[in-house]
Amino acid sequence: MTAKIKEFPGVGLRESDFTERKVLFTEWKPNAQYAWDAGIAIGRYLAELKEGRIIGVHCHRCRRTVVPPRIFCEWCFRPMDEWVYLEDHGVVNTFSICHVRWDMERLEEPLIPAVIEIAGASKGMGILHLLGEVDPKQVKIGMKVKAVWKPAAERIGAITDILYFKPVE
Amino acid sequence: MGLRKVAVVGAGMTKFVRRAQETGRELAYEAAKMALDSCELTLDDVDAVALGTAPDAFDAVHMKGEYLSDGAGAWRKPFMRSYVGGGTGVFAPIQGWYHVASGLFDVCLVVCEEKMSSCQPHPQGAFLTIFDHTTERPLGPNLLWIFALEMNRYMQTYGLQKKDIALVSVKNKRNAADHPCALLGDPNITVEDVLNSEVLAWPVQRLDVSPVTDGAVAVVLAAENVAKRITDKPVWIKGVGWSLDTAYWTNRDLYYPKYVEYAARMAYEMAGIREPRKEIHVVEPYDPFDYKELHHLEGLLLADKGEAPRLTAEGVTARTGNMPVCPSGGLLGVGNPIAAAGLMKVAEIFWQLRGEAGKRQVPGKPITGLAQAWGDLMQVGTVIILGIGG
Repeated sequence: MTAKIKEFPGVGLRESDFTERKVLFTEWKPNAQYAWDAGIAIGRYLAELKEGRIIGVHCHRCRRTVVPPRIFCEWCFRPMDEWVYLEDHGVVNTFSICHVRWDMERLEEPLIPAVIEIAGASKGMGILHLLGEVDPKQVKIGMKVKAVWKPAAERIGAITDILYFKPVE
Repeated sequence: MGLRKVAVVGAGMTKFVRRAQETGRELAYEAAKMALDSCELTLDDVDAVALGTAPDAFDAVHMKGEYLSDGAGAWRKPFMRSYVGGGTGVFAPIQGWYHVASGLFDVCLVVCEEKMSSCQPHPQGAFLTIFDHTTERPLGPNLLWIFALEMNRYMQTYGLQKKDIALVSVKNKRNAADHPCALLGDPNITVEDVLNSEVLAWPVQRLDVSPVTDGAVAVVLAAENVAKRITDKPVWIKGVGWSLDTAYWTNRDLYYPKYVEYAARMAYEMAGIREPRKEIHVVEPYDPFDYKELHHLEGLLLADKGEAPRLTAEGVTARTGNMPVCPSGGLLGVGNPIAAAGLMKVAEIFWQLRGEAGKRQVPGKPITGLAQAWGDLMQVGTVIILGIGG
């Protein structure tokens, strides 16, 4: 390859080639909007969040309680057996301290996303959420955290009905 | 299984660049044409085309396979596009392999293209939609989160420091300085440079991450009887494997890629490899983030759990080490045009086994090599084992 070929194709452009319009290009802004059905399992999950509760599901065969809930067990490939109310606290499985937005703009305050293992579910069953009311330097894997809920009147049946999880003493 | 032997007989690639003036179709053509020229074939010799490319949303072209098909040489030919996220670059040649191994086609052209720069202001805008729309996207996720979460869990589980992991980025970016198509080769980079780079989503820093890239790679696959007519240096596909883990990613062990292990075991079994650490001589695991190379070496059973950083520190994975890993420079150094990056790894093993990798050539005349890719929602593993002789 490199022995025989001296020139590889591919022309890299600079930012200035665009800003100074040295090359031809075209732009398009998509306007695609979606409305999703939450489905049976996540529908119930969201309805329970509106009531200030976290719900999971249990499979008798593999003896797992999982969250977020699903109507079938992807291990046993049969219907889940029962709904189970879980705690609104848990343990930090892992976290990050994120200083950038999705478009790589800097954030003024870092966000602390975490995978939180929810108490009452089987070990390792986490959900993605944010941590709050905590100094980023103090966050630790294994830390116990508790949900901070929106006021009941403001809940709409969304994952954001939990504002964030905060450390518990 | 009644499968035919399949060889890689040619390869080609474009430069990996931040923004390509060429369109995706033009990039695909350049790589495909170079691959055919490298083994002195023309499009008339090609019976089928397998294409790999990642989300349509990068280019805002729905059914991107059709858009790219002419550039990939698929005019009036059986054509299939596969897509398993970042795993695509190794899955597309697996698809090409079963096209030929099945007896259906004698020669299959495999083309992988990615043009990420089209998506403004950042291709993450398209990537973000891999998060669950109901339970995750309302939290305002950043794609870096899932990697940062995995990396932190990996560090915590094995008591690793950032400097242990930064060594991978240093090794690969230095290796890439010898690659004529590389975007981010740097012969002088140090661990301090990585540790001092901007913190994006701790523990992920700027130089822990591969860049947004445009580029294309192609390889030519041929059945045994045809391959022997085309070249006296065929590189055989000895084994393939792929596996997909659950999309409930927060319910998984984030410190160990089980799906890579399943894929690797499938490929080792097919290749008749019992002791991969002895029998695999050169490795190109997927390294879009530095910790991922370590993760994947462990998943591929080429290092004990938590031990891959030690192998890196001891130089075992250096180009001149006992088990060279990413001699190409990997995604961290050559660049990361998603699907093309995976196929670049297959092409690199092809060149390494033929002794044609130029300055990147690993010593010791390797006879068996492995390429692996990973992707989707951190959950797909694709593995291909190449070998000469036998």
